[in-house]
Amino acid sequence: MRILPCGDQAVLAEFEDSGQVIGAHRALMRALPPGVTDLIPAARTVLASFDLRRTSAAVVADWLATASSAPAATEESSRTVQLPVRYDGADLAKVASLSRLSVAEVVARHLGGDYTVAFCGFTPGFAYLTGLDPDLHVARRARPRTRVPAGAVALADEFTSVYPRESPGGWQLIGHTERPLWDLSWDPPALLTPGTKVRFVEVSS
Amino acid sequence: MTAELPQPSDNVERRGADRTLTVLDPGPLTTVQDLGRPGLGHLGVGTSGAADRRSFRLANRLVGNDENAAGLEMTLGGLKVRFDHAAVVSVAGAACELRLTHGAPAMYGPFQVRAGDELVVGTPGTDLRSYLAVRGGIMVAAVLGARSTDLLAGLGPPGLAPGMVLPIGTPTGEAPLVDLAPQPGYRAVPTLTIVDGPRGDWFTPDAHQALCAAVWSVSADANRVGVRLSGPALTRRILGELPPEPMTSGALQVPPDGNPILFLAEHPVTGGYPVIAVVAERDLHLAAQLRPGQQLRFRR
Repeated sequence: MRILPCGDQAVLAEFEDSGQVIGAHRALMRALPPGVTDLIPAARTVLASFDLRRTSAAVVADWLATASSAPAATEESSRTVQLPVRYDGADLAKVASLSRLSVAEVVARHLGGDYTVAFCGFTPGFAYLTGLDPDLHVARRARPRTRVPAGAVALADEFTSVYPRESPGGWQLIGHTERPLWDLSWDPPALLTPGTKVRFVEVSS
Repeated sequence: MTAELPQPSDNVERRGADRTLTVLDPGPLTTVQDLGRPGLGHLGVGTSGAADRRSFRLANRLVGNDENAAGLEMTLGGLKVRFDHAAVVSVAGAACELRLTHGAPAMYGPFQVRAGDELVVGTPGTDLRSYLAVRGGIMVAAVLGARSTDLLAGLGPPGLAPGMVLPIGTPTGEAPLVDLAPQPGYRAVPTLTIVDGPRGDWFTPDAHQALCAAVWSVSADANRVGVRLSGPALTRRILGELPPEPMTSGALQVPPDGNPILFLAEHPVTGGYPVIAVVAERDLHLAAQLRPGQQLRFRR
């Protein structure tokens, strides 16, 4: 782990891999020190934002450093969510051709993955899931769609995800789920939070 | 500079549901803002909130509100509202002409409006965003702990539209004592202080030198998310792809074309391009007032 500067209101901690990020985020979230306002994981980094009138970068950096010994995320410590999917996405055939697999094989490989929410971003509740079969690592679309429907199951680079609500989007669409992912009446409002394990289950059409 | 506010004859501040203001014309873009939703970044929800927090806080202080009370953020002024009850109001930020049914109040100080008064906010000649605070605050329903509009995330009330009726809260804090807050002079080419960002080492020494030597221009691509700057291309030393990384307000993110994007309050939670430097907190209010076409400089 190493500490990187990030302006005068945040400090960034960089880790070797996503598993360390999830483990560190989980350990650090248990007790935010005074003045730390947000703790945000991403692919290799965790950002701690703070109120510079209440604490300092040095204090926050020391606190982040305590996470270097945090255990990586483990199966036992995580809850698992099953998402029913119909593989009917508009880009399914294109993903098959980009990955040189049959459509049936793309579906089988996607269903075969054990996924973990590495982090959320883009829109509220949009979870970046790691664990995607390397043969399914495809580039995002050259021209993003202006409208992707809620529930669309998608791929881009090393990640798979589900669009929580209708939005623009550049990921390759392979299917959709009817299961809601974001609801303001839930606490937390996101179904998929960092560290959550995800399995996709095929719904036959 | 302290003064008791004059007490107009109809100034029995009414309580309950009839404390409202009605939007007659929202201008180019007016939204309800407060200090946003900190603490939810791990769910993909950015803090967002008022872009120029210094002016927003000042407007609230001038009417005796909590600094986080919801108010209105105007982009290029243009707002016209009717107060359905007597209220104490202030406007701070980009300097606009204010016209009230009875008079022409000054900015940067509290003023009294009577029930039925209409307030018309002009277009600022300089700067971009102005803030209107009402004593008691705008009491739209809170979403995830805040009343502010996050256009990017689709949270909070929609942008203001003609006919919208906004509830005003019951004043709770101390009555305002300040009657005028002096303002620093306007600088046509502001200089923003930057401090180290996480990926400074991804850029060449030339890029770091150019960042502080160049006069940058604000492109037309400017909104609450951020402003795209044009100037010399900032060249990279490390050419690899950056895995998505959390972003902050003030971050200067550099896409492959080398023209930095200066992130404002509504920036995405994560971004995929390296951040060369970050604007210091004390100068973020200057960043939030940049207009398309305006020039600026950076200094370390």
